[in-house]
Parts: sequence; structure tokens; C-alpha cells
Amino acid sequence: MTPSLEVRGLAFAYPDGHQALYGIDLTIGRGERVALLGPNGAGKTTLVLHLNGILSGGLGSVRVGGLEIRPGDRQALREIRRRVGVVFQDPDDQLFMPTVRDDVAFGPANLGLSGAELDRRVDAALRAVGMGHVADRPPHHLSFGQRRRVAVATVLAMEPEILVLDEPTSNLDPAGRRELAEVLDGLGVTLLVVTHDLPYALELCERSVILSEGSIVADGRTASLLANEELLRRHRLELPYGFDPRVGQSRYRGARPASSTRGR
Amino acid sequence: MSTGHAHLLYRHGDSVVHRLPAHLKLSSLVLFVLTVVATPAHRYWAFAAYAGLLGVVAVGGRVPIGYIARRMVVELPFVVFALLLPIVATGDRVNVLGLSLSEAGLLAAWNLLAKATIGVVASILLAATTDARALLLGLQRLRLPARLVEIAAFMVRYLDVVVGDLQRMRIAQDSRAFDGRHLGHLRVIARSAGALFVRTYERGERVHLAMLARGYSGAMPISDAPPAPPAAWAVAALLPAAALAIAVASRVSP
Repeated sequence: MTPSLEVRGLAFAYPDGHQALYGIDLTIGRGERVALLGPNGAGKTTLVLHLNGILSGGLGSVRVGGLEIRPGDRQALREIRRRVGVVFQDPDDQLFMPTVRDDVAFGPANLGLSGAELDRRVDAALRAVGMGHVADRPPHHLSFGQRRRVAVATVLAMEPEILVLDEPTSNLDPAGRRELAEVLDGLGVTLLVVTHDLPYALELCERSVILSEGSIVADGRTASLLANEELLRRHRLELPYGFDPRVGQSRYRGARPASSTRGR
Repeated sequence: MSTGHAHLLYRHGDSVVHRLPAHLKLSSLVLFVLTVVATPAHRYWAFAAYAGLLGVVAVGGRVPIGYIARRMVVELPFVVFALLLPIVATGDRVNVLGLSLSEAGLLAAWNLLAKATIGVVASILLAATTDARALLLGLQRLRLPARLVEIAAFMVRYLDVVVGDLQRMRIAQDSRAFDGRHLGHLRVIARSAGALFVRTYERGERVHLAMLARGYSGAMPISDAPPAPPAAWAVAALLPAAALAIAVASRVSP
């Protein structure tokens, strides 16, 4: 089966000469959930902006569902942007239309959908994140957690191959965090969660990748990466005080709360 | 609450005026204002009649007079200017309460005040009965250049965000015992205005990125709405038609 995402030897320097990525290799299989961990300034956002061709021009290649990103090819780029749904960190950047419904319709309408099919996409996406009841409200009247969930819906409506979330838990309260985790758990799409919220990575993703100073320095099971204190310290990653990754196991993925009576 | 309180001027309600399609209300407003402006200033009764028409619209839209009056503060700078006119204008002078005022200036002041007030009240009525999104759709349907409508849409969407930014900066300044009343503090205020501009500009860039990420290629997708029924056209035409009748009468009457 074609992997959802294949990054090969990706290197990138900003025009001011700052080298942000040094040869990234990353493959994410279909349906997999991967956390991209790294301290501030590690190059996480730069990598994300390469995944849908907003940044390009360095070395290496990015393939999404087998389709290679070629910056000059506008038609292919459109398809890439359909396949890669990026949820940005600040929902106020993502939600720019006068109402939630218009905003969720923005992506699919750009893909050329209209009429009943467009309505169906919008309703399905809003229902998937439990936000169907706010469809006609302006985004700035929603709570922060609601806005984040609507932001997820805006890309879900494009039926992406892979969902990329940039710091999904920033500014969320604990209840908002949990609700978002439940929504993401129920989606069943390939997920790449970019974060430095380590417990959240453990909760949602089996596998984690650590990006540090523009290189991937570790790739493995989230639980074992987080148990490696030395590795975390070297890359400025820290678990919250009192959090033991051997106790807090992934709640999702067949280990739903109701059935998790394994007595760890 | 299905659409939320979409903007500050909007007054929730469900009346004949609320229900009219926005593009009809917009056209009606523009025609009405043009007619008012074309009326000679010395036909005082015509302006009273226009005010009466707006009164009918206000009653139809269930907009209370106090609501309109509070929002008319926006007109104050014009009022000040109008009050200056009789003093600074030249020509024949008349004595009013011991002041020597210019006759032409008085008429000009009345002209400005009456027309501005009627225009402002009409606009307030439109804003009070039409939510922001409907207004934008109306502008779109009136074939205003798409770019302008987009700019207006972004303004509506981000006004709250920018005001929020500004308030947070204010609170941060106040929390560090800043008191912006002193003239020497002008520099700080100018700098925070600059910072706000840069923040807003950077947000604009991030929004653009988010739009690109969802396949934006230079044109906003068009939302389609059903055409307005003839009855709505007829209702919307009432106001400009009545105004036109008054204007014609004011021109032909001796």
C-alpha cells in the first residue's frame, strides 16, 4: 500500500541563510498516527509547510499518497493541498470567513464543489467534530476550543489523505484538550501531530519522531521514546512534573477507557 | 441564536425591513440618499417629509428612537463644522441672539446638517436591520468588485481580533503602571500603534498561508443565493419612490 507521506532527504534554508532542515527522511503509513516532537525552533513548522508545498525550493522530495510535490505544477499542487489538511496553531488564522459554514465550505469550494455535494461535505465535517450546531455562527463568537475543532472541520471537509495539526493543544483548557483528543481519535485518518506536549503525543500516537535542530534524531514507539530521559533532555523536551510515561499509556487505539482494565 | 450578534450596529429582530434581501436595501438606501442630496436646501418641508419616511422605516423595522440617537454620535464632527459655517462664511449678515451671522452660511449649515443627518439615520437603519454577512452578500450581488467585498469581509471578521490585540496591549501597559494621559507618553502610544500594525500584518500573512493550504488560488468561492421575489423589489422601491416624489415636488413648487 502506498504510504500517506514519504519525505526523502528534505533540506531547506530560508532566504536569509538560516538553514532550517538538514535532510529529513520520514515515512508515514496509511492510517498511522505519528507525533512530531521537538523544542521551539527545531524546524517543525518549516517541515509542515513543506508537506503541502507552501515552502519549497530546497533539496529532497515529498510525496503524498504517491504524488510528488512539484512546485511549478499548479494542478498537482491543488491536489496535494486537498490531500494534506493542515490545521494551523491559531484558529483565528484559519477561520477567516463570516460564518462557520462558509469557512468549512471554503476548501471544498476551491476544489470546485458546489450545491448539494458541498453542503454534504460541510455537514459531514462539522458533525465529525461535533460542531454541527454552530454552523451559522461567526467564528469569533465561539470559544477557543470550539474554534480549534471547527478548524479541524475546515480541512476534514476536503477529505484529506493526511491530517497535520500544528500544536493542537496550545491555549486549550484540559476539557478542550480531551474533547479534541476524542474528536481526533474518532476520525480514522492518517495523523501527524506536531507538538511539544508530550503527554498528548502519548495519548494519541503510537509512534513519535523527534526533530531537533533540523534533523530527525529519534523515531520509535512514543512510550519508549518518552521513557528515555537522556534523549529527551538532550533535545530540550521535558515531561510535565510528576508524569510517568510508563503509567500513562495510550488511551486510544483499542485501549479505550471503558476496556482499559489491564491494571498497569 | 442562529446567526449571533454579527456586528455592533445590528439589532436582532424579525420585521419586514429585516427580511428584505440586503442588496435591495442597499440599492434603496443609495437611491434615497442621492434623492435627498439633490433636494434644494431652502425647501424645509421636504426634509421634514424625508425624516417622516425614515420614521416609517424605523417603525417598520422596530428600531427604537433612542437606539438611533445613540449611534448618531458619529455625526458630531460634521455638526461642529456646520456650526462654524455661519460664523466664518461671508455675505449678508443677520443678527441672531446678538451674534452677527452670515445668511449664506446659515443656509449652508442647515443644508449640511439636514442632509448628513438624514443620510446617517438611513445608514443606521440599514445597519440595524441587516447583519454583516447579509450586507457582504448584498454588495457581492450588486456586483461590487470582488476584491473590495473580500477586503470588507476580512475587516468584519478580524475587527474583533485586532481590537482584542489592542486591548491586551493596553492591559499589559496598564499592568505596568502606564498612564497614557501625559503628552510625553505619545511616543509609547505611537509605538504600540506600530506594534499593532506589525502584528496585524503578520496575522494577514498567516491567514494567507492558511488560505493557500486550503487551495485558495486568487478567487473566493461564490456563494449562491436565490433571486429576490418581485414583491421584495416592490417593498424596497417604496422608500426611494416616495423620496423621489418629494424631491420632484420640491423642485417644481414655487
